[in-house]
Amino acid sequence: MNDKQLVISAKGLTKKFGDFVANDHLDFDVFQGEIFGFLGANGAGKTTAIKILCGLSIPTSGDINVAGYDVYTETEQIKSNIGYMSQRFSLYPDLTVSENIRFYGGIYGLGWKEIKQKRKKLIEKLGLVEERNGLISDIPLGWKQKLAFSIAIMHEPKIVFLDEPTGGVDPVTRRMFWDMIYEVSESGTTVFVTTHYMDEAEYCNRVCIMDEGKIVALDTPEELKRNYHAQNMNEVFIKIAR
Amino acid sequence: MKSFFGFVKKEFLHIFRDPRTMLVLFGMPVALVLIFGYVVTNEIKDIPIAVLDHSKDEMTREITQKIISSGYFKLMAELTSSNDVEAMMLKGDIKEVIIFEPGFAVSLQKDGKADVQLLADASDPNTANLIVNYTKGILFDYLNKQNQAGTSYQFDTRVRMVYNQSLKGVYMFVPGTMAMILMLISAMMTSISIAREKELGTMEVLMVSPLKPFQIIIGKVIPYIVLSFINAVVIILLGFFVFGLPVRGSLVLLLAENLLFISLALSLGILISTVSESQQVAMFISLFALMLPTILLSGFIYPIENMPVILQVISYAMPPKYFIIIIKDIMIKGEGLGLVWEETLILFGMMIFFLLIAVKRFKTRLE
Repeated sequence: MNDKQLVISAKGLTKKFGDFVANDHLDFDVFQGEIFGFLGANGAGKTTAIKILCGLSIPTSGDINVAGYDVYTETEQIKSNIGYMSQRFSLYPDLTVSENIRFYGGIYGLGWKEIKQKRKKLIEKLGLVEERNGLISDIPLGWKQKLAFSIAIMHEPKIVFLDEPTGGVDPVTRRMFWDMIYEVSESGTTVFVTTHYMDEAEYCNRVCIMDEGKIVALDTPEELKRNYHAQNMNEVFIKIAR
Repeated sequence: MKSFFGFVKKEFLHIFRDPRTMLVLFGMPVALVLIFGYVVTNEIKDIPIAVLDHSKDEMTREITQKIISSGYFKLMAELTSSNDVEAMMLKGDIKEVIIFEPGFAVSLQKDGKADVQLLADASDPNTANLIVNYTKGILFDYLNKQNQAGTSYQFDTRVRMVYNQSLKGVYMFVPGTMAMILMLISAMMTSISIAREKELGTMEVLMVSPLKPFQIIIGKVIPYIVLSFINAVVIILLGFFVFGLPVRGSLVLLLAENLLFISLALSLGILISTVSESQQVAMFISLFALMLPTILLSGFIYPIENMPVILQVISYAMPPKYFIIIIKDIMIKGEGLGLVWEETLILFGMMIFFLLIAVKRFKTRLE
């Protein structure tokens, strides 16, 4: 991994809300093209960390760089260089497929020509040609999710943050979704994903397990399983959490 | 800039695609103006009245006859003593008592002048006003006919409103309805639409995007400014064409004041959206914190002068109160900025105040 370019570097990332420490001195590096998994129970501090990395929230202390920009002073540049998708898919149900693509392309500053080109490709790739002028509320959940992901990477960000992207989706669709993630990562985009599905953790290049605001483990899934003498990531997680 | 226009366009699409929003935006204002308008300008018919005729001469009889045969009034009782008047009014089934002074015809012929007293039940001030005006109309009509014969008689009509002496603050429904509708649309609809994005999760994505917070706020607000402004114009037109309420003052000033009030309501809407996580919460806060005070405490329906002192004090903090004063002054009295500058300044100050808090809260919510 060391020959790869560093895209996220966090040293001593700390975020406090009053007396409550949501992130306690997190140290991690993420490299270009990597699929980096962020695991942890609800309330472990995943969302707080992801907000800081997306430039939404200023950390209390720590040196943090995202896509080469500082999270304290260069949040604008960070925002232009990342993509983001949350559990809720973030599409407008009362707009059509085309309109959603156009809108999100627009807010990332893409030109109309570029949007049109990309939209055509994207719609063909996802097989939504017939539904292109149908409202988002009328298309199935699996497609919505794939569309949301495609839209999140439409402006070709260096890093894409996925905050529990597969929540509430059936296993088949989840598997297909991960195929898309692999494809994106092969093209050189870094994928930073949070999840609490342990089987998904196996798909990541490296995972970082959080508990009560601290990083308790950070390694490849294979190493983690070996170190904890576990069959799968689920066992790893249970052993660590205990 | 381009991304910003895309945002505004998206906002319009949301509005135009939601039938309920469209109904609230364009159906409700018209319905409200018509309802309030007709409640207030209701034609009067068969109003129960009593006559206390101290004179009982040919003239008073003729006048009474004329009043009854007009179709607007129904004579319920002929009183004989002033003592009966109050009891009669208290029962509530008499809306007006007409009192002729003793020797009415004699003094009219001799002095060219006679006294008529009209006592109206002003617990419903609007109806009382109407009744009195109709009665006066008939009286003066009679007088004109008499004067055609070459005399120059005068009636000295004394009107006394019972139960609401001053009659000040009797609402003119158009300014009040305007305040209410603009408040409703601007504040409630923006707060709901921002809360909706939070519910959908799209707000998060917008925040992560290169769009700046103030661009998001302005983008959200612009469609509602445009639509509220159209509504204000529609209300003014309805007032004019349906109810004959002219705009006596400057139309430009009137529209500018509307724009000011819309901006104020919008900043309140943004403020509400920062404290509500769901559309329901946004709607309830808008209704209870904005709509009720607008209706009850602004002088729209209930005259502020008649309120308990504590409510009068609270009413000073109600933006619609100033807006209604301004609109009444401009539309009905035909005043210019010279007379309404104080109220305008207060509204402007309130707008800046709420806008600053709203933007500050909106930003800190990102943390």
